[in-house]
Amino acid sequence: MAQRNVSRRGQQKGESFMDYSLLFIVLFLVGFGMVMVFSSSSYEANLELGDSTSYLRQQLFASILGLVAMMVVANIPYHFWERFALLAYLGSIVLIFLIIPFGHTSGGATRWLYIAGISLQVAEVAKLGMILFLASFICKLGKGIQSNKGFAIVLGLAGIVAGLIYVITTNLSSAIIIMAIAALMLFVSCPDYKRFFLLGVIALAVAAAMVFYVVQTAQAHVDDLDFRGVRILAWLDPEAYSSDTGFQTLQALYAIGSGGVLGKGLGQSMQKRGFLPEAQNDMIFSIICEELGLFGGIAVIIMFLMLIWRLMIIANNAPDLYGALLVVGVMGHIAVQVILNIAVVTNTIPNTGISLPFISYGGSSVMFLLIEIGITLSVAKGIRLKDL
Amino acid sequence: MEGKMNHKTYHRSKTVTVFFLCVLALLGLAARLVYLMVFQSEYYTLKAKELHERERSIKAARGRIIDANGKILADNKTVCTVSVIHSQITNAEEVIAVLSKELGLSEEYVRKRVEKYSSIEKIKSNVEKAVGDSIRARKLDGVKVDEDYKRYYPYDTLASKALGFTGGDNQGIIGLEVIYEEYLKGEAGTILTVTDAKGVEQDEEGEERVEPVSGRDLYISLDINIQSYATQLAKQTMETKEADRVSILVMNPQNGEILAMVDVPEFDLNNPYTLPDGMDALAFSEKKRQELLNAMWRNGCINDTYEPGSTFKIITAAAGLESGAVKPTDTFNCPGFIMVEDRKIRCHKVGGHGAEDFVQGTMNSCNPVFITVGLRIGVERYYSYFRQFGLLDKTGIDLPGEAGTIMHKMENIGPVELATISFGQSFQITPIQLATTAASIVNGGRRVTPHFAVRAVTSDGSDSQSFTYPVREHVVSDETSETMRYILEQVVADGSGRNGAVEGYRVGGKTATSQTLPRGSGKYIASFLGFAPADNPQVLALAVIHNPKGTYYGGQIAAPVVRQLFENILPYLDEKSYTDK
Repeated sequence: MAQRNVSRRGQQKGESFMDYSLLFIVLFLVGFGMVMVFSSSSYEANLELGDSTSYLRQQLFASILGLVAMMVVANIPYHFWERFALLAYLGSIVLIFLIIPFGHTSGGATRWLYIAGISLQVAEVAKLGMILFLASFICKLGKGIQSNKGFAIVLGLAGIVAGLIYVITTNLSSAIIIMAIAALMLFVSCPDYKRFFLLGVIALAVAAAMVFYVVQTAQAHVDDLDFRGVRILAWLDPEAYSSDTGFQTLQALYAIGSGGVLGKGLGQSMQKRGFLPEAQNDMIFSIICEELGLFGGIAVIIMFLMLIWRLMIIANNAPDLYGALLVVGVMGHIAVQVILNIAVVTNTIPNTGISLPFISYGGSSVMFLLIEIGITLSVAKGIRLKDL
Repeated sequence: MEGKMNHKTYHRSKTVTVFFLCVLALLGLAARLVYLMVFQSEYYTLKAKELHERERSIKAARGRIIDANGKILADNKTVCTVSVIHSQITNAEEVIAVLSKELGLSEEYVRKRVEKYSSIEKIKSNVEKAVGDSIRARKLDGVKVDEDYKRYYPYDTLASKALGFTGGDNQGIIGLEVIYEEYLKGEAGTILTVTDAKGVEQDEEGEERVEPVSGRDLYISLDINIQSYATQLAKQTMETKEADRVSILVMNPQNGEILAMVDVPEFDLNNPYTLPDGMDALAFSEKKRQELLNAMWRNGCINDTYEPGSTFKIITAAAGLESGAVKPTDTFNCPGFIMVEDRKIRCHKVGGHGAEDFVQGTMNSCNPVFITVGLRIGVERYYSYFRQFGLLDKTGIDLPGEAGTIMHKMENIGPVELATISFGQSFQITPIQLATTAASIVNGGRRVTPHFAVRAVTSDGSDSQSFTYPVREHVVSDETSETMRYILEQVVADGSGRNGAVEGYRVGGKTATSQTLPRGSGKYIASFLGFAPADNPQVLALAVIHNPKGTYYGGQIAAPVVRQLFENILPYLDEKSYTDK
């Protein structure tokens, strides 16, 4: 009843309230991403494919599609999605299983499905699905979320999807992001800090134990380590693994370090000319640093900070918990991905493939992120202006 | 409703907490960026530069070697270096086929280099420009033809052993090319080009170029006209006398400048690794072939010693006169032999020269006279003259590998040894040592340093550096020097060296015929040392004929060589000094 009042009043105050700040930040990031995708891919694209705009055109296509979807979603009242919560969850799991018979392989990993000629990265769908599902599910649980049982159920349900993503598509980073989204949404919806603090400590302890184990094993028998173990070693000393596992990280560091304060200028990166693998993809931030310098790098960080800030404002002014949780999920998704991506590129954490939201090349990623922004805009439309 | 508000409050504050956690994390990463891009920037920039830049060196043009008349004896010509860049090759088979055919290399050899994964691999250097041009015209991907310099000697064999030649990297291997390497080689330049990961040059990045500095031109005292004529004479003599080797040294006794240095057979400087005629390189083992090459490159004038024989009587005479052990007017009697302790040492004239004064004894090259003089001087005094004349040291000529004198130790010299030393036997010196010592005895007593290099001039002529050489004064007194010039002129005018006389010129000199070791082998070395004008020597020549067939007396076969040389070069030098003035 209250919800209906809220939306009615929102519509009364301004027919179509639009959070232009958020829209502007997102459009800026998408536009800037396009420029950087072209800058970082054109040289190699020209050599390999004979068309310097090859990556740019695909990104442009996905972005336009995404923007259209965003505007459509923004105009659908967000409660529309509530009924699809279970479908989103189960649908994600089905899509993940569909990878086994129909999966498309690219770059040695089987993570894509072809639907009507468009390649779709299942993990991106699962992230959105998780946000939609958990927002609704947590609302349904009500106070039950505060019990340890509710806590465990939420984490368990997220863990199933994350586990499947990890096992079937061998995509650790997406699994981590899904778990992080779930944990953040849970964090926001529970009043206490203790359990989360404990969770954080356990996560840190596991990570530290793993690093310790890897280093110990490396001293005894390096051959016993799988590629993730070697990645940890390469993280600790990229120059010692410069020829294989540490190669990409080291090339990214060369790019970042050689950018200096002012950068080499847009388009002037040397590292994108075959030295840095995935320059337009996961490593695009290092090319931004190389070409636009420390100022460019910090400016991008500030843009993301503003985006997260804007999402926080919308979440905190959402008409109801469901809306707030949707936005918190989107905020968590973007924030975790930005932080992990920059951390990987600067070799702050071991290398794992995480793209930079809106900027990295990748159609599915940009499309689903824009849909998430659409949902956020829809939530923002319900805000009563006097609350702002 | 109250619960709802409550709910809202804590989820708001928790969203804010999430936001601030993100701010914290991003601040941390921003700090990491500052660390990498400000404090580590220099390190990574350097590393990246190393990764992006390929360095290619540009050879410097080697300095030329130029004779006293300005004729170029050693020059450079353009040749090509052919290399392949693995990552740029599109049609490996074609590259292998073309390169092995054009360069005359085995397919296997080329294949190994083409297929090797390296940034740039040299296939062959010193390729003729025409061949390089034809390869370049094929426009094969990944094949690079760089122009480069190669040493070129316009006169092929002329003065080969003195000039020397250069190796694959244009570095001197023997001769003047080695000694003056520092002046001749110049400084290589570099081209730093920026390339992508595959080695493709990035034109818009430009290239950093450090221009090479050409080597200095070396002006030497060698005179191509004298050298040519001396070579011709030496060759002729070698052929007619069927000798093993003939060496001719021509120098200016006043300052030590060498005008000609011939040691036939010479070799072709443009093909220094080709064995002499009739020798098939493939017939020998690597080691044997190297030995043969070393023998071919050996400069008999400075690298080998020999027993000088009677030409050494110049030194005995000078020591005798200087020490006062003998005066020109002292009289001697030669019965055809002389007893030293219990040994009977024969004179070359079986019947003996009878009564003669010291000048006549020298003219006759009479052994008993010189043995007597040697014994009068005594071991210690004689040895100290050796040292004073510079015979125990090397001459210091600006050529590599000068051999030292092989002489008895002073404590091992008894009367018999002293007697044999007096007429030039039982020890060995180099021809350059004999010529230099003789020069310092007849030039007024100044021990000069024999040399070729006069000055080194930068390629643009902006800087000229003259070489100076040590001169030791008063090796013998003026008086002794003058007496020696007189006596030696008599030797040529009316003594054993009369075949060295040149009409219209005053020539001094001394002949020698020495039997090579082991004695009784029937092998001789005939030599003649002459200088002119006798009263003020401007040119000194030494001809040494190794193992001539038939007549082997120095006075008969070596003196005419020097005479012919002088007949030709004395008017030439007169004219030259007239023009110079």
